[in-house]
Amino acid sequence: MTSTAPVEIAEPGLDERVGTDRPWKVIVWNDPINLMSYVAFVFRKLFGYSKEKADKLMLDVHTKGKAVVSHGPREKAELDVFRLHEHGLWATMEHDS
Amino acid sequence: MGDHGARQLSRLFRRRLVEWDRGAGLYRLNLSEDDRTVLRELAPQFTGMLDDPGHPVLHRLFPPAYSDPSDLHRQEEFRRLMQEDLVARHREELELLAETASAKTLTEAQLLAWTRAVNSIRLVLGTFLDVSEDDELGDPGSAEAAVYQWLSYILGEAIEALSGQT
Repeated sequence: MTSTAPVEIAEPGLDERVGTDRPWKVIVWNDPINLMSYVAFVFRKLFGYSKEKADKLMLDVHTKGKAVVSHGPREKAELDVFRLHEHGLWATMEHDS
Repeated sequence: MGDHGARQLSRLFRRRLVEWDRGAGLYRLNLSEDDRTVLRELAPQFTGMLDDPGHPVLHRLFPPAYSDPSDLHRQEEFRRLMQEDLVARHREELELLAETASAKTLTEAQLLAWTRAVNSIRLVLGTFLDVSEDDELGDPGSAEAAVYQWLSYILGEAIEALSGQT
């Protein structure tokens, strides 16, 4: 497709100028409603983790209150958070320091 | 996290509520007519609640995306970009739960959406009941508590069937 319309150049926002390369981590927090079996199942399904790894992460969430379930650039972390929210898990993202 | 009675009940009933049927390549739903009626009537009530996604009882369906609660700019941006999709997804899955209430079998994709819908209802009911970490329900004798525990049981059954296959 061609167009004679002027090409719009997006102004870089704050997020693009600062900290673009700093990776993010996605955290799942303990909550009193989700079933342990459900949380471990979601980790296997979404991230392809083995049963052992998924169970360990689930137990970390349960006993320590939280676990880091994935890492990556901002876009990937946002997608992971969205997919975890779709499954009803309490997930947030923050810079991986 | 907890079991919410799921395990105690599954010892009582020998027949699994959700079973993998190897021959058909489908999951069999062994629910009573009463169970099916509850699902059929429950799902649309929760679909209606999604019209107001900011309602406090729905906060577990739409949690903040960033760990830093003071990062309002990013929290709002994520909400603006994603919330509509998340509402639409919950709506579709609750509709599937109602539409398949009479179904004897479900495909894996249907059962996965079914489990998400059942869990979404549990999250809302659990918030309403103020469920605590030791499985205590705010008002254990209420109709909401009975439905919550029953949904926990059928969700546990579905996860057990899915975990055996995937």
